[in-house]
Parts: sequence; structure tokens; C-alpha cells
Amino acid sequence: MCLAVPGLIKWVDGMAAQVEIGGVERTISVALTPDVRVGDYVLVHTGFAIGVIDEQEALETLRLLSELLEGSAEECLFSSTGEP
Amino acid sequence: MDETILLAHGSGGQMSHGLIEGLFLKYLGNPILAALDDAAVVDPPGASGGGRLAFTTDSYVISPIFFPGGDIGKLAVCGTVNDLAMSGATPIYLSAGFILEEGLPLAELERVVASMAETARAAGVSIVAGDTKVVEHGKADRLFINTAGIGRVPAGLELGNDRVRPGDLILLSGTVGDHGMTIMSQREGLRFSSPLQSDCAPLNGLVTAMLAALLAADDAGWGALHCMRDPTRGGVATVLNEIAARSGVGIEVEEAAIPVREAVRAACELLGLDPLYVANEGKLLAFVSPEGAEPLLAAMRAHADGREAAIIGRVTAEHAGRVALRTVLGARRVLSMLAGEQLPRIC
Amino acid sequence: MRYLDEFRDPQLARRLLDHIWARSTRRVCLMEFCGGHTHAIFRHGLRQMLPPTVELRSGPGCPVCVTADRDLDRAIAIARLPNVILTTFGDMLKVPGSSGSLQEARAEGADVRIVYSTLDALQIAREHPDRDVVFLGIGFETTAPTVAAALLQAEAEGIRRFYVLSLHKLTPPAMRAILDSGQVGLGGIIGPGHVTTVVGSAAWEFLPREYHMPCAVAGFEPLDILRAVAALVEMAEEGRAEVVNAYSRSVRPQGNPVALAMMERVFAVDRADWRGLGSVPQSGLTLRPAYARFDAALAFPVETGPSRPHPGCRCGDVVRGVLDPPDCPLFRRVCTPARPVGPCMVSAEGACAAWYTYGQDDEDG
Repeated sequence: MCLAVPGLIKWVDGMAAQVEIGGVERTISVALTPDVRVGDYVLVHTGFAIGVIDEQEALETLRLLSELLEGSAEECLFSSTGEP
Repeated sequence: MDETILLAHGSGGQMSHGLIEGLFLKYLGNPILAALDDAAVVDPPGASGGGRLAFTTDSYVISPIFFPGGDIGKLAVCGTVNDLAMSGATPIYLSAGFILEEGLPLAELERVVASMAETARAAGVSIVAGDTKVVEHGKADRLFINTAGIGRVPAGLELGNDRVRPGDLILLSGTVGDHGMTIMSQREGLRFSSPLQSDCAPLNGLVTAMLAALLAADDAGWGALHCMRDPTRGGVATVLNEIAARSGVGIEVEEAAIPVREAVRAACELLGLDPLYVANEGKLLAFVSPEGAEPLLAAMRAHADGREAAIIGRVTAEHAGRVALRTVLGARRVLSMLAGEQLPRIC
Repeated sequence: MRYLDEFRDPQLARRLLDHIWARSTRRVCLMEFCGGHTHAIFRHGLRQMLPPTVELRSGPGCPVCVTADRDLDRAIAIARLPNVILTTFGDMLKVPGSSGSLQEARAEGADVRIVYSTLDALQIAREHPDRDVVFLGIGFETTAPTVAAALLQAEAEGIRRFYVLSLHKLTPPAMRAILDSGQVGLGGIIGPGHVTTVVGSAAWEFLPREYHMPCAVAGFEPLDILRAVAALVEMAEEGRAEVVNAYSRSVRPQGNPVALAMMERVFAVDRADWRGLGSVPQSGLTLRPAYARFDAALAFPVETGPSRPHPGCRCGDVVRGVLDPPDCPLFRRVCTPARPVGPCMVSAEGACAAWYTYGQDDEDG
């Protein structure tokens, strides 16, 4: 369920915002993410931002995956603490 | 001229004549059409060279009638020109029948007809026969157009859905999903803004270049080309399934090889659609034996309508009737025919 | 596309798969609770790439699939009322009720329109003040807050003749129902990433605590799913049960408090009918009394007659994970996407539709 796509916030005007995904733009509601700012990436579901994407976490995940070797990286990737 | 279409415009009297002469002939005019005989009596060029006649018809009911990259008129000309071109025919003559809704603004009809004239000119075809009917308000969605067309298939060229063979390579002339997603972006309730444009275009020029390249190639000739299809409604996936069934072969395509514009991908992700099932109006698939693939691909890429052409898959003797897709991850899965139209989803 | 393409990297996927193959020694059955995961797994061909020790089962996380016949019949009856514009997500259009689908109702003259967002339905209400605009609310905790927000906007603007037929449901009770029935020998649950973006990963702590069941919350790209599978395999091998957040770029332990508050403000929790699970307590969302004037169920009480599910339909067993689609006697023979008998074959993320459409390599031989 829950098709949600990451999009870049281009402008915010009250509860409305413009989001851009791969060159496609749409006005959405940020009523559920009122603290969102221009430049943030959000998850877009049925015309609403339902959450802000943590870019640090995203980069960290990708970094861990590329370093996937026996030992340390696995601990971080597959345990609930997620701390290296 | 009047402001809107009235029932009287379809009744055959003075107002009908006024419309024909003041609008249709003004844009589509050529000696054959201008004669306004009951039928166009023609002598298609190239009869002495042998070959066969190709004949096709299609109706166009698209809504909205104007969209980025085209309109219903351009579509009506391209669609029929392309069906002829896919059979290997040089398109020559088209007919155009209009069913107009009472109340249609004349300015809109004029825009559509002007577009048809321009498209026909670009494709090198003449519209030599026509008809106009008007129905009551509410009985037609603004206007419907039917076009029929004839063209000549040169001797020595034999193409067909059932002629595709194991070992053939599958070439796609460019990006997929542009037309369908452009239309989708105009629909109530789904609107989004994008740089997307319909890819609506006549393909006969591209096909002429392709056929010439095969003829000029050392090891290939027209015999290397087995089938051409334009993936309109139902998209690339539907055509591949049709070919697999009609020719009794298996097909394998590479997801990574299929060109898709980023904006199309994005729009599809947003609405939960698969670009492989989305309509195209200016692309073709060619099924060719291996020796013809290189010259064909080069000719396509050298042409304005085939710059992003690519080999997207191959035909196999295995899993006859089924189409398999190798995903970007390298796994294989079935690419089946859809039951009906793809619908946007949220889940 | 940012935050999509990177998580489809074939090289990184290969590494995760190698890791899973290396670590997995014992059979484990994992439930991909969410229909979106079912769809993604089939679309990318992940099933074939996993070792034979890892079995994936589809769960009830497909809002379309778990909508009860009676509820759909009610929606269709409302759509047929004069002056009603029934707005719906595309997912529901072709689902067969007891006597036809919304699509068929539309063909027979009902005004049924597909929308991408509840806000689009609101716009239709603004443009047609003389009509009754009813929005068919399906979806779990990802969608319910968006509907709540739209309702609050309708209230603020004083929009009249806009209604919601709430068929929204909650996921934790469904998970409990599956585990309580004990019918599927599960070793782990792939948790719904977008539901969890809203409810927070802490919402799944009851799984290890009460059921010793491992849970890895997953996003919907191949790397996300594989990462979650790897975490579950790891836990299965070690006999550990925890909640692992494998979608940390979107999921936080506390979820989205604003969304949760909005949901709480507009909706009350009540018993709900789930196809396959029957009547589940505290599992459905209904409009609170303060919003009764937006409640389509109150505004349009309709008689639907007894619901008549197809006698052979096994959708209920499929959504509970006790039956694989190919084992349903109707699958492919009678029930196809062109002529679906039940919702599992209609929904793009229904298990049956996925199996039918994307196929299985070993099925073809």
C-alpha cells in the first residue's frame, strides 16, 4: 500500500507547497509536515507530504551498503540500534 | 463566419457548403478534394512498379482535444499515416470524416483542421475525401474524427505480425510513455505540470530511411525486416505480447535498455503506472534478423525521429507466446498483457 | 530521481543478496505485510533472487483486498444515488462487489470520478456546490491523516455537501489477528515503510515483546526490501526478535506526530469488517461526532441487501497468508484480471494480481 515518492520542495506558501520529482511538479499540501522548508525532500502520498526525508540517514545507509563486508557494516545495517 | 457549430452545418445545405468551402477546403484544399465529387478518383503513383496497396482506418475520440505537443487533428493524420508506414507502405491519400458536437466553437474546429493540414503536408500526404456530420449537444465529446488511408507497399517488402522469428532483434525508435503521460497530466484530478509533450509524429520519413539503409547494407536486404509496429494504446508491452502470440515466439527485453524520459518516469512513479503500458504516438518497434540490426539502428539514430533508438531485446524459441523482462536488478519476470487500461493508484 | 534510483543500484543489491545467501541456513517464512511490498518484490523479480530457504508470504496490507463486500456494495449504492459524485482512488474502480463494480456503475450512468488526492475531491465539491460529493476513503495509516487534513480544510472553508465514506483501517490489529490465528508459521515480518513513517517504528515493539516476532520496517525500493530481508534472516539465524528500522531515511521511532494528531482529531477507532479476518475489534476508523455532518454513512443510509461473495473465492485465505494464489482453484482458470472474482486479482498490489501479471519463472518451467 501507500505509494509515496520522494520530492524536492521548491516553495512553501502556508499549507501549500510545490514539489518537484524528476522534472514533474505538483502543488501539494504540507499540512502534515508544517515545519518543512525549501530544499527539503519529502515523501509525497496522495497530494500530501507525509514525512521529511533525512538525507544524512539516506547517505549513511548507502555508505554502509557499499561497505558491506564481513563484520562491522553488517552490525549497523541489520540491528535495531543501527550504531556502528 | 458563425461562432459555433450548429445542427444546420451538418444538414447538407448552404451552411454545410459554407463550412466546407470556408474552412475545410481553405486548409486541406487540393484539386481532388476541391472537386467535391462523391468520391475521389485517384491514380496512386508507383503502380507500374508492382507492389501492393495498403489500406487502413482509425477513429479518434481523444479528450482533451488540444494537448501539449499536438491535438486530435494531428493525431488523426499521424495515426493513419503511421499504420500505413508500419506495413511498409508509402502513405499517399487520406480521407477525413468529422462528427461534430453542436456547440463546438468554430475557432476550435479551425485550429484542428489547420493542424491536420500542416501534419499532412509534413507527412507528404493529401486529404482527398471528407465528410461532416453534426450531432446534438451531448452526443459527441466536442468532435470525433475518422481517417482512412491508402499507400503503396513496394514489391519485395513483406511484413507481418506472424513473421517474427527466433534470433530476431527488437529495436525501439525512442522514449516511451510520452504521449500517454502528457494526456494523463491534463486530466481532472491528476493534474501536474511537466515539460512533457506528446510524441505525436508521422513516422513514414523514418521508415523510408530505414528501408533505404537495409537495401544499401551489404549483408541485409528488406528480407531482414520482419515486422514493424507502433505501440499506441497499451504501450510497448501490449505489442510485444501480440507479436509473441501471433508469431508463436518468446520475447526477452532488457528493462535497462528501454529509453524513458525522466519526467515520464517521475509521473509514472507518482501515479503508480508502468511506462511499458503507456501509449505512444510517434514511436515504432522493428523486429529484424541480426544482420539487419546494425544498419537499421544506425539509420534510425541518424534520423530526427529516431535519435534515441535502441536495441531493447531479442526473440527466442523458448517460452513461446510469453514475454520476459530482465529487470534492472538482473532478475527475470513476466511482462504480461494487461486486462484493460492502467489506472492511477495510491496503494 | 533522487532517493529512488540510488536504492535500485544493482551492484548494491547483489551485495545484499550475496550476504543473504551466505547467512541463511534454515528455512524462514517472512510475511511482506504490505501490498506495496508484494508489488515491488514482483516488479523487480526479487523472489527469484532470494535463496530457497527464504519464503515470502503476502499479508493483509492491501486496503483494496481487505475491503469487505458489504462496504463496497454500500459505496456503489451511494454512487448510484442521483446528484452524487462519487470520488475514489483508482485502486477501487474495478473491484467486483455483489452486483458489479464502481466502473460498471459508471457505465450505467453513475458519476464516478478517479482522483489522486482527497484534495482533488474537495476541489470538485467547490466546483459543484449543487451536487453531493462523496469521497471513498480507503487506505491505512498512511492515507487516513491525509483524509483527515482534507476534512479539516473542508470544515475551515465551510464547504458543504462534501462527505467521506470512511473504510480506513489500522494495521497493528490486523497483524495481531494474523499472529493470533497461528495458522501461518511466520519467522519474521517485513514492516510497512510508509505506514510506519506515520505511526513510528515504536508501534511495532509489541511484535517482539508479545510474540517473539522479529520485524524489519522496509521502504519500497529493492535495496530497502533486501536490507529488511537480510535483517530478518540475521535475526532468525540468531533466534533474536527485535524491531529493526531498515528505512531510517523516512522512519523515526515516534513517526509523524502531526499526522497522528490530525488522525486522532477527526477519527475514532471502532470495530471493522476485514475480508479474510472477519470482524476485528479496534481496527477501523470512523468519523467522530464532531464531524458527523461529513459522514457519508450517516448522510446516505443505503440498503445493500445481503452481500453475495462468489462461493469459490479464497481472497480471505490469501490475505491471511495461508494460501498462495496459484493454489486457489479459481486462479487463472476462472479468476483473471480481465474477469476478477475477488479483489486480490484486481488490486495492483493484490497477491493474485502480482502472481498472475508478473508470473513465476518455475511456473513456466
